[in-house]
Amino acid sequence: MSTHHIKVTINGKAHEAEVESRLLLVHLLRENLNMTGTHIGCDTTSCGACTVLFNGKPVKSCTVFAVQADGAEVRTVEGLAQDGKLHPIQEGFHEKHGLQCGFCTPGMMMTTFALLEQYPHPTEDEIRHGISGNLCRCTGYMNIVKAVQYAADKMAES
Amino acid sequence: MAEVHGIGHSRKRVEDARFIRGQGNYIDDFKLPGMLHLDIVRSPYAHAKIKSIKTEKALATPGVLAVIDGKTLQKYNVHNMPTLMSDTQNVLPIDTVKYQYQEVAAVLATDRYTAADGVAAVEVDYDPLPVVVDPFKALEPGATKVRDDKESNLIWHWEWGDKDKTNQDFDKAEVTVKENIYIPRIHVASIETCGCIAKWDATNAHLTLWMTSQAPHVIRTVVALITGHLGLSEERIRIISPDIGGGFGGKVPAYPGYVIAVAASIVTGAPVKWIENRTENLAADSFGRDYHITAELAGKKDGTLTSLRFKTIADHGYTDAAAQPSKFPAGMFHICTGSYDFKNAFVEVDGVYTNKPPGGIAYRCSFRVTEAVHAVERMADLYAREVGMDPAEFRMKNFIKPEQFPYKSALGWEYDSGNYPAALRKAMDMIGYEGLRKEQAEKRARGEFMGIGISSFTEIVGAGPSKDFDILGLKMFDSCEIRVHPTGKAIARFGTKSQGQGHETTYAQIIAEELGIPSEHIKVEEGDTDTAPYGVGTYASRSTPVAGAAAAIASRKIREKAKKIAAHLLEANEDDLVWETGRFYVKGSPDQSKTIQEIAFAAYTNHPQGMEAGLEAVDYYDPPNLTFPFGSYICVVDIDRGTGEVKIRRFVAVDDCGVRINPMIVEGQIHGGLTMGFAPAMMEEITYDENGNIHGANFMDYLLPTAVETPKWELGETVTPSPHHPIGAKGVGESATVGAPAAIANAVVDALWHLGVRNVDIPITARKVWEVLHKHGATLEE
Repeated sequence: MSTHHIKVTINGKAHEAEVESRLLLVHLLRENLNMTGTHIGCDTTSCGACTVLFNGKPVKSCTVFAVQADGAEVRTVEGLAQDGKLHPIQEGFHEKHGLQCGFCTPGMMMTTFALLEQYPHPTEDEIRHGISGNLCRCTGYMNIVKAVQYAADKMAES
Repeated sequence: MAEVHGIGHSRKRVEDARFIRGQGNYIDDFKLPGMLHLDIVRSPYAHAKIKSIKTEKALATPGVLAVIDGKTLQKYNVHNMPTLMSDTQNVLPIDTVKYQYQEVAAVLATDRYTAADGVAAVEVDYDPLPVVVDPFKALEPGATKVRDDKESNLIWHWEWGDKDKTNQDFDKAEVTVKENIYIPRIHVASIETCGCIAKWDATNAHLTLWMTSQAPHVIRTVVALITGHLGLSEERIRIISPDIGGGFGGKVPAYPGYVIAVAASIVTGAPVKWIENRTENLAADSFGRDYHITAELAGKKDGTLTSLRFKTIADHGYTDAAAQPSKFPAGMFHICTGSYDFKNAFVEVDGVYTNKPPGGIAYRCSFRVTEAVHAVERMADLYAREVGMDPAEFRMKNFIKPEQFPYKSALGWEYDSGNYPAALRKAMDMIGYEGLRKEQAEKRARGEFMGIGISSFTEIVGAGPSKDFDILGLKMFDSCEIRVHPTGKAIARFGTKSQGQGHETTYAQIIAEELGIPSEHIKVEEGDTDTAPYGVGTYASRSTPVAGAAAAIASRKIREKAKKIAAHLLEANEDDLVWETGRFYVKGSPDQSKTIQEIAFAAYTNHPQGMEAGLEAVDYYDPPNLTFPFGSYICVVDIDRGTGEVKIRRFVAVDDCGVRINPMIVEGQIHGGLTMGFAPAMMEEITYDENGNIHGANFMDYLLPTAVETPKWELGETVTPSPHHPIGAKGVGESATVGAPAAIANAVVDALWHLGVRNVDIPITARKVWEVLHKHGATLEE
């Protein structure tokens, strides 16, 4: 199996790695770099648990090869809080009980991040459609919608 | 002084802190030095002889260390394992596979990619055998036998109730209704799949098993029992359930992968990790439901119900790996008389083997309660129609009346408390029931199809009293151990295991309420069998009814001792002390008091002579009865006559789970439960073709609702405390999953009734509804 030398910036920090062609981005994060906040739920790009921001766009990292991330900027759940201060999205999920088992939460929050860049003041429909690539089995989405609204309001204030 | 934040407070969740930072500790997040990865070769056939398993190519793959098959395990006599229902499940088969995706062999490698390479390189030669998929055909004479070690495909026959009286009632009844109702095979599909890491320490002969288990203590005992002959004894086994990414009943059973990982670690001396992929999870882990019910009700022309008769075929796959209490092969299916006052009832169930994966676990439900509730609530509507009554009026007429509680049902349960008319009336008021009926009539006159469906369910949860309830002989008590530290803070440990329910938050609130120690000063731990007191785990909505009760009783034991210490400190007679949250004071002199924190300090620094130091207690709570949460749900649907699409316009859910410990979490549980009721009602189903090939083995074929399809739930509540539970709570995690499907199905049938439609089985897909419309000449173009 051929390998490639890649350089990728994750949460603002430069990383270099020697990776097999077939290594998935999610495994680069989880296995090679020990960043286990990004989860794996399905292998078929269906559930969104592995969502990360790839040059600012949300992607499902279970179907992106690590070599594709060469030269890219990746942001994961570990990069949401800044200087120990929670991001308004994280606050929203906590305040509005937008999570239960927590497994889909990192991916859901990364999708929310991108959603709020596109729709800073989203309607409920925009939120529901915006997060429809992320499955949650616990919450029934009601409180996730409220969490996103909370984050939008909080971000608009600042 | 911090607020107590006890019962009734919507306390924000403690566990969120790690989850929102991506710092949860789920099974696949653990990595041990020298850890190997295990991957599994699975059968492409639903029934076949294994002619040979060739491992040479796999073993030649760099990084592949071993291939384990059934014959390897047979040497240690661990190739089979008992199911929770005392049937036999192959860990790895010796010579025959009995369902598609069954485990055939396991590959051990240095990383997960290499393990997958090894799986692809194992060559298995199969000789396909005839397949039986349909449980009705499996019962026919001459049917292909699924199990060589059994007489036939009939696993068991179970019946309950008074057959003769019920049959007599039906013979002379003024009105009878009958319908075949199928509750399809579904899968919990928690977003985290199952997995484990087994670490065998040969020097100390000690096994640590980190695993996705809802019942770690039971697993420890089962492992000890099935490996005792290998010298593994229970004090040398430690099970740790870390954070679990959703359970819903699917993480109760022991799966072959866990056992193979343990065997692999013992053989290699290295830690071994096994993590399922999604297809393995959906195709091989325990399914839920799959009940074919023939339901009948009898009664009078005035709408009074008298009798119920249900006959059911239960498809269990190739082995009975259900997770029911041992004495109840059909779980609590005999709650099927529901919320109604039946004089007589009789229910029978036949368990059947087919060439499908094993299971029969309770998909977010207390042991077959969803099947029971769905059938009786569908039938209630049919009966109401038969006698020309409105379904709401019919329910009000037949409900068990509030003054009848405690109520002994025709099938022997003693319902603890309830006020069914109040919950239904509230739901009707919230949704504007009478107005909707008017609107429906107007729309129907215009050719628009709108339906209103009610489900007034009664659940049965909190298993259970030890006289009736056990799992493999282990009584279904649960436990709490509390230690109060000298500074007045505490740690509490439980025999249960949260999978998202928020136990770290809510259990602390129960103790806070009872002891007056602020909930933020109480640390809650579960899931480590070396530290937690023994308990049988979290499923069947049993955590609050059983372990929650243990928390209250253990707190009260501590309070008793605290009272003695307070009397000593205040130089007062114990009988003169009065408790108010957080302190004892002397009757008539409220200024003379000692707080629980002062008492805790004294317990370690100034305890009375002759008394043991310290302030701690443990309680193993054996519930005197089950609890019976209930509620009324009303759903409004609009049907698109062009496409058959069903749109849920409104869904009102009034739940009564007794006292609510944390209203925010209760509502979250109901939102999630409703969505897991909506899902099988509208989308989820696993089917098989005639060769036993699964349809629904990934998230592109097995459809989970997204935020777009999921209705916007409207919640209401009534509160009828459980009279026998220490804090009056009943449990709520599953009510909504149990109650919701019938409300949706009843609404759809209500919309189509005037066409002559009596039943539409779930999942109610657009295609299925279009077929019904088409059959009745009612699609738009027709």
